[in-house]
Amino acid sequence: MATALDAVGRPATDAPTDLSAAELRRRLDARELSAAEVTEAYLARIAALDPDLRCYITVMADVARAQAAAADDRIARGEAGPLTGIPVALKDNLCTTDADTTAASNILRGFRSPYDATVVTRLRGGGAVFLGKANTDEFAMGSSTENSAFFTTRNPWHTGRVPGGSSGGPAAAVAAGEAALGLGSDTGGSIRQPAGFCGVVGLKPTYGRVSRYGLLAFASSLDQIGPFARTVADAALLLGAIAGQDPMDATSAPEPVPDFAAALAGDADLRGVRIGVAAEYDVDGMEAGVKAAVDAAVGRLADLGAEIVPVRLPHTKYALATYYITAPAEASANLSRYDGVKYGLSVESETLRETYERTRGEGFGAEVKRRIMLGTYALSSGYYDAYYVKAQKVRTLIKRDFDQAFARVDAIVAPTSPTVAFPIGARTDDPYQMYLSDVFTIPANMAGIPGLAVPCGFADGLPVSLQILGKPFDEATILRLGHAYEQSEGWTDRRPDLP
Amino acid sequence: MSLSIADVEHVAALARLGLGREEKERLREQLSSILGHIELLDEIDTAAIPPTAQVIELANVLRPDEVCPSLPRAAVLANAPRQVDGFFAVRAVLGGPGADTDPS
Repeated sequence: MATALDAVGRPATDAPTDLSAAELRRRLDARELSAAEVTEAYLARIAALDPDLRCYITVMADVARAQAAAADDRIARGEAGPLTGIPVALKDNLCTTDADTTAASNILRGFRSPYDATVVTRLRGGGAVFLGKANTDEFAMGSSTENSAFFTTRNPWHTGRVPGGSSGGPAAAVAAGEAALGLGSDTGGSIRQPAGFCGVVGLKPTYGRVSRYGLLAFASSLDQIGPFARTVADAALLLGAIAGQDPMDATSAPEPVPDFAAALAGDADLRGVRIGVAAEYDVDGMEAGVKAAVDAAVGRLADLGAEIVPVRLPHTKYALATYYITAPAEASANLSRYDGVKYGLSVESETLRETYERTRGEGFGAEVKRRIMLGTYALSSGYYDAYYVKAQKVRTLIKRDFDQAFARVDAIVAPTSPTVAFPIGARTDDPYQMYLSDVFTIPANMAGIPGLAVPCGFADGLPVSLQILGKPFDEATILRLGHAYEQSEGWTDRRPDLP
Repeated sequence: MSLSIADVEHVAALARLGLGREEKERLREQLSSILGHIELLDEIDTAAIPPTAQVIELANVLRPDEVCPSLPRAAVLANAPRQVDGFFAVRAVLGGPGADTDPS
């Protein structure tokens, strides 16, 4: 175990709010802790810390207490599942019938969904405890939570820094001990980048692995729901609970769901595993501390027996531009549903058209308007071929890069983000600077492949994250690699030094 | 790539997005700048490359044509800003007072 990290944060303690979900499971099953005790510990920590950190838009205390009581009954009957009694934070773009779903937008303030997202239904069925709806950039558009229409979440490692985004709320909640697990969504890095900034584990599954039913749609060909956790094993546990085909989402895949937790059970010997490293991920603007930590992590994977293989991903530098056509184009279509007629804000005017325009003009924030405008432009008559179709063709090239690389390797490693968490306010004036923090995460969404963010050290007192990319539907391999790496280091045993 | 205010107004009209004067000017600058970055894609020859709209290898996902339960009408209408007799209520679209005169 490295010793330099002793200077950053504090070691994890025996408190329920510091334990992994797997350890909570063990203690719940052994009756060393009750679900009610665990839930009260988390609610107390939220009450103490959240006025400053602001991870949650809505705390679901009453729901959580009722679920905890039900979980204790279930445990007493010997019918507990892996997540029974485990407290979870839900990103506020996942529909819930018993708490508002706002996407951190004024246009959905007070919206109560008549149905649950499929992932919510599955967690409910498994006996999980919902602590609340966590903050996000408005409609998941952003990289810092500063685009939330309500407030900015603070990074638990340094409260002057952003937690990343868009899923900054659940990422910060898991890092701060305000939740044991979290669910987010990742369209261009919105799980992995905030996981990296907050020093927790985050996984974007393969496109189609998890049902998107009840996820407020941003870019439908890129969006995917996935877990936040304090360990790789916990992320595997949560993925297992939410993965699988769903009749309510025709793009969910019929692929069988393996036992992800079992994939971690073997020893940490990585001999025979081929891991690709691409020179294209060594970009201008990458911080030296990030590069050093990621290089050291690659060295550690080699020490564990993996063979490190150079691979080429020549179209990497085009991914960001491709994304900023494709995602806004899809968003402009998806967000047309917010029209002041069916739900949400409605600014009634003389004509229906004026009602649309005023509702949307007043209800959407600056970044959402920017993306609707960009997407509408890229799809408009005269520009469709030059922008939208062009981006779709480059997307083919990006996917081919990965297909060719994965013919030679089992996984590819890269930094999760080129920088550590940046100061609040540092990038809000220049949208393109903000977009650059997703430069390493976007290619996986374009290709539909899974990506795991794992803590790999600290730079300037802030977490650095290793990204492990895998073949389609091979989350098991990247979880195994992440787990082996994590076990060989002590990063995930550190907690931010909060009260 | 430099957009004009008229371009911004045209796109905003397509998107049914009401924008103030300052917003239009800011968007004109920001969108011009972002489109400038996107011009990077022009250096790739994609003439022979097929487009990718989505990455999954599923096509024509079908289900049996069976009647399934759906949400009760009251639950669906519960969030409606205006409703009449179990329907969403909107201003008249064709003819009559307050109707849209611009069908674009």
